[in-house]
Amino acid sequence: MALDALLVLEDGTAFPCRTFAGSGEVAAEVCFNTAMTGYQEAITDPSYKGQMLAMTYPLIGNYGTNPEDAESRAVQISAFLVKEYQEFPSNFRSTQSLSEYLEEAGIMGVEGLDTRALTRHLRIQGAMRGVLSTEDLDPASLAAKAQASPGLVGIDLVKEVTCPQPYRWQDGAPGPELDLNGDFDPEEMWDGGEGSYKVVCLDCGIKYNILRRLEKRGNKLIVVPASTSADTILKLQPDGVFLSNGPGDPAAVTYVVDTVKSLMGRSPIFGICLGHQMIGQALGGKTFKLKFGHRGANQPVMDLKTSKVEITSQNHGFCVDSETISDPQVVMTHLNLNDRTLEGLTHREVPVFCVQYHPEAAPGPHDADYLFDRFQDMMQSKQPLA
Amino acid sequence: MPKRTDLKKIMIIGSGPIIISQACEFDYSGTQAVKALREEGLEVVLVNSNPATIMTDPEMADRTYVEPITPEVVIEVLKAERPDAILPTLGGQTALNTALMVAETGILERLGIEMIAATPEVIRKAESRELFREAMNNIGLRVPESDICRDLPSVLAAAERIGYPVVVRPAFTLGGTGGGVAYNREDLERTAAHGLSASLTHEVMIEESVLGWKEFELEVMRDRKDNVVIICSIENLDPMGVHTGDSITVAPAQTLTDREYQVMRDASIAIMREIGVETGGSNVQFAINPADGELVVIEMNPRVSRSSALASKATGFPIAKMAAKLAIGYTLDELPNDITKETMASFEPTIDYCVVKAPRWAFEKFPGAEDVLSTAMKSVGETMAIGRTFKEALQKGLRGLEIGRAGLLGDGKDPAPERPEMTPDKLRQLITKPSSLRIFWVAQGLKQGMGVDELYKITGIDPWFLFNIKQIVEFQGELESRRPWGGLKNSLQEMDAGLMRRAKQMGFSDRQIAHALSSDEDTVRARRLELGVEHTYKLVDTCAAEFEAYTPYFYSTYETEDECRAGDKRKVMILGGGPNRIGQGIEFDYCCVHASMALREMGIESIMVNSNPETVSTDYDTSDKLYFEPLTKEDVLNIIDSEKPEGIIVQFGGQTPLNLAVPLERAGAPILGTPPDAIDRAEDRDRFVELLRLLNLRQPENGTATSVEGALAVAERIGYPVVVRPSYVLGGRAMEIVYDHDSLTRYMTTAVEASPDHPILVDKFLEDAVEVDVDAVADHEGGCVVAGIMEHIEQAGVHSGDSACVLPPHNLTPAMVKEIKEATYALARELGVLGLMNIQYAVKDGLLYLLEVNPRASRTVPFVSKATGIPWAKVATKVMMGQTLAGLGITEEVVPKHYSVKEAVFPFVRFPGVDPWLGPEMRSTGEVMGIDRDLGLAFAKSQLGAGQILPTKGTVFISVKDADKPAVAPIAAKLHRLGFDLVATTGTHAFLTKQGIDCRHVFKVSESRPHVVDAMVNGEINLVINTTEGKGPASDAYQIRRTALERGLAYCTTLAAARATADAVEALLKNDTLTVTPLQDYYAAG
Repeated sequence: MALDALLVLEDGTAFPCRTFAGSGEVAAEVCFNTAMTGYQEAITDPSYKGQMLAMTYPLIGNYGTNPEDAESRAVQISAFLVKEYQEFPSNFRSTQSLSEYLEEAGIMGVEGLDTRALTRHLRIQGAMRGVLSTEDLDPASLAAKAQASPGLVGIDLVKEVTCPQPYRWQDGAPGPELDLNGDFDPEEMWDGGEGSYKVVCLDCGIKYNILRRLEKRGNKLIVVPASTSADTILKLQPDGVFLSNGPGDPAAVTYVVDTVKSLMGRSPIFGICLGHQMIGQALGGKTFKLKFGHRGANQPVMDLKTSKVEITSQNHGFCVDSETISDPQVVMTHLNLNDRTLEGLTHREVPVFCVQYHPEAAPGPHDADYLFDRFQDMMQSKQPLA
Repeated sequence: MPKRTDLKKIMIIGSGPIIISQACEFDYSGTQAVKALREEGLEVVLVNSNPATIMTDPEMADRTYVEPITPEVVIEVLKAERPDAILPTLGGQTALNTALMVAETGILERLGIEMIAATPEVIRKAESRELFREAMNNIGLRVPESDICRDLPSVLAAAERIGYPVVVRPAFTLGGTGGGVAYNREDLERTAAHGLSASLTHEVMIEESVLGWKEFELEVMRDRKDNVVIICSIENLDPMGVHTGDSITVAPAQTLTDREYQVMRDASIAIMREIGVETGGSNVQFAINPADGELVVIEMNPRVSRSSALASKATGFPIAKMAAKLAIGYTLDELPNDITKETMASFEPTIDYCVVKAPRWAFEKFPGAEDVLSTAMKSVGETMAIGRTFKEALQKGLRGLEIGRAGLLGDGKDPAPERPEMTPDKLRQLITKPSSLRIFWVAQGLKQGMGVDELYKITGIDPWFLFNIKQIVEFQGELESRRPWGGLKNSLQEMDAGLMRRAKQMGFSDRQIAHALSSDEDTVRARRLELGVEHTYKLVDTCAAEFEAYTPYFYSTYETEDECRAGDKRKVMILGGGPNRIGQGIEFDYCCVHASMALREMGIESIMVNSNPETVSTDYDTSDKLYFEPLTKEDVLNIIDSEKPEGIIVQFGGQTPLNLAVPLERAGAPILGTPPDAIDRAEDRDRFVELLRLLNLRQPENGTATSVEGALAVAERIGYPVVVRPSYVLGGRAMEIVYDHDSLTRYMTTAVEASPDHPILVDKFLEDAVEVDVDAVADHEGGCVVAGIMEHIEQAGVHSGDSACVLPPHNLTPAMVKEIKEATYALARELGVLGLMNIQYAVKDGLLYLLEVNPRASRTVPFVSKATGIPWAKVATKVMMGQTLAGLGITEEVVPKHYSVKEAVFPFVRFPGVDPWLGPEMRSTGEVMGIDRDLGLAFAKSQLGAGQILPTKGTVFISVKDADKPAVAPIAAKLHRLGFDLVATTGTHAFLTKQGIDCRHVFKVSESRPHVVDAMVNGEINLVINTTEGKGPASDAYQIRRTALERGLAYCTTLAAARATADAVEALLKNDTLTVTPLQDYYAAG
């Protein structure tokens, strides 16, 4: 039964809508994603923790949901905002409708919202907090609640999405949990067996498709919580360390930056999204909050080495300010062609590289998949890229 | 990579006349390309035989050759112009094929001319089924199982191997001409024979059928740095088995997860690279098995296409413009996105609305053609609609088709369930068979309680679409349940804002709501506005609002925020023509575009309203503002409410806007130009007669009838033969010449529904009269100038749109020309014409008869403009805005020194079983222009341009009706003198022999064998002159005409055409090669 709902932003702008899943009241930052496909991947992406997500494409739910397209073990968004929910999914892989999927996760989904008006508002006014409620339909009251909500700046959301225990990733899914406390035999942890390289993935909210892409290349993977120390990671004797994407303000996750600093030069490192922001900070850079972020599957990025353009999947509200990195050995490798912001870094002397966008796609184009090959090469040569 | 500096001069080949599957989308893409190249300082040489195109406007390209698009002519132009390169990817299949044939002669190497964007090798790889299949195997993609066959035995063997049903696809044809699905051996023999003869290379592919699979298209662009982007994905509502041009299609794809979509995206990019399209746009078609997601590649077009035009309009991304810039060396990251300005073209558009394209057919024009859709395209036009939901876009699209429907259902046009044809079985059949009306039958099926599963099973339409349609149907039921009964309640007054808003968000028109509630459109509108349920406009911006958009391209929807940017500048709104149809096509769009240009020249903001995605008028930079909306009273009034223009131009878009003139005026909208009352005076028969009496002008004797008896009485009074037609129609719809009582009775009872509101006009038919078309412009001070006088080549009785004509006239006496002009001036003055008018006259026995007056732009305006070098639609616009002809420096008729011949082009070959006979009902889809200083050559060029190859030697077959016998003798004698052998059937043979003309006898089909059709099939006949009137598939005449058509033989069905053909052949024999001259040179010579 659809309930009337109201979304009110911190500046008092109100968007009437009605539920297609769940009910209640939730406060979070409001953001929009312009991808036309991939809503299931988006809502299960841990980088959206602490955010309500609006899809700019108006028809959502068309192809239902399925177990294979989840990007983490849970629905991560705070609420889902769409123009028109499609209650009759049609796709051979669909096992559950989107509304059932959200209901099960206890997440509110609303429709009938003028998502274009919302998007324009956020584009013009910048990112904002909001409150979505079926319980309180008074705009003034909801605006006050939005203003009182914490927002994202200065908040460490990584601790809410990182895995509680280290685990091995195998056969496309999380495998057995591992105990890395105290002394352990690294060989035992990797479980022998064949594999190109041993990669430790520092989980700040990792998307499963990153693990799938790494595993596809024959690597063996151990995923560790974000708070894992550099020593513990190195004790595993990895061939490479991967730094994952994740939610919230990168400046609030200082402990990971410290870990990265310790790892640099001791193992090849590849970082994506928040991982890129960790490396950027470890290299002396600062991050800033973008006006309304990059969230979509059509962002053009130029590889400055080849000057070829790749269409990329992106999901970030913060960005590394390239001006703040003074180390002359740090090289900017990728550039966003829309707003000329930094999209990728590497170092002339240390085997480390990272990108702000999502080469693992899911959702989005596969143009940047070559970066995983680059990581393979780096693990083989142990040499810097540049 | 910046622009190449070695390219200075580029040749672009257009697509020629409008035919089914190749329409004005190529004027749209060609015009964009010409503009884009000239913007870069390049010299552009253009070849296109279609005068109704914007691209052939003399100020577009530097050198504009309105010449036939044949390899020979293109080679002549290449020799004359020596361009650095040919860009062959913008003029559809015609340009691609012609360029390939030119390349194969080796001339390009000899002259050092490059082919850019797609090399001959690329074209072959994409177009040859065999090479394409190989290429796909190389990159691990599957194409349906298939065999290439060159004769019938191998066709049958292939079908055995693959298993029925099989799809027959001829190589190198357009829009699947000659192809089809064969379910059994008998089907296959028939379809394959047709396909083999339709193919340029006599190849057909026998292909595994993937009928019922989901069909998708991706529009892809690549630059020379190998950057590849996808502009748009399109999902067909109709599954595989219906040509994509005949499918309702939706953008973006709706039923694919990201995973499946990305697989398709990767495949498209791989295909682009493997085929080797260097730069520009291509279109790739896929089929997906709905059961397991298996993907097969159907085909790719290495050029811009109808779908790329649709994708451009659907996303706002100008594919053709970008393709042109990429062809000369730019890369995507160097080109700005015009719409956002701050971002670059190297991105993938994302949209925040749903787009529906709906095709429009013309089966009613082709008796004998079955309304069934298959792999050969049959639609003549399309409309596009944008909405925030699929339901809204679908209903907007269906009302935008202008086929009398106000939406999907519930508009008073649904078949009543009690009608005998609506038994469940019959309805099931109607739904099962893909046809022009299937979407409406599907809605009726749901209304009658059929389930989505069942409908999916019998149609293959994805359940996602069916569920959405079901929601429309259910909501309509909810509305209808509120219909008042016994006068007990006023349901409209009880309707609340919430329900009203839901109705509008589902795309229901006020007319549908009115019908459900037994109210009327105006009352619903008033109530709706009272409830505060008002339309809003949203922007098409390529980026789903992520960036600010500067280009004002709008669609309506019912949302909370309105992005309309109505300013207080002087502004004028132009109503376009909607979907192309026979009788209303590119010619009217040409006029609308010129109106917009004229307004801009005057510093007045131009606001275009149209729903046709193929056109130049719906290019986002043609006008200051573009509203992509259906042309209905409701939708147009909404725009007027928002924009409040100082005037509305209705006289350029054809019948569509004209029909809106009176309702809009009644609603208080300011109509510019000739007052709607003048239109009524010209169209209302009684008032027209009054007008002629007043001006002392002659018309054929006539009368009106509202019943069979009435019609018979009129015919009795004026004498047979008579021309009969309903009033207020365009393109001679349901117009016939009848010779006796029986035919007239049949016409009145079966062909039309006469009523007091819809009277039938009965005119005396002037046999063997010469018909004359006149276009003129009049200003508000009574100034009037004749733009052009065109003499028809076919005699009166053939619809003017189907008749070839010549400007200036060559058989009219100076006195007659003077009389025509004076009559024209008088009519303009009396009617108060302000702007363009078109008059049709007939001249018989030295007397001038007035047939018809249309106080609006006519189909011939672009032709006259090209022939005379004066942009008449622009002139008319300025005059409508208050300028005078004298002030514009236009004081008298321009009579060019060269001859311009317009010839019509017909789609008969698409409709097996249809008689290619010319009559009063228009059936041509397009036109070409032949231009030369010699009349015979101008005619010859028009024939070549229209695809008719005139023989210069061989055998002529002649069979004419008795009345034509005396007049055919000199034509026969001339052809004989030119070296042709003559053969004739008994009557004609006897007559010609008696006249001393040497001629052989041949049997009629009905007589004995070998007969004339045998001779034609055996290639023993090169030209057919056949004016006998047999109708119906059994008649000799039908079989001769149909055989000529299918064999591509030159044929004439009127004596006038035969005479012109003989003159043209004579002219061709006198000249070894055709001389080619650009329009700019003709105009300079005066």
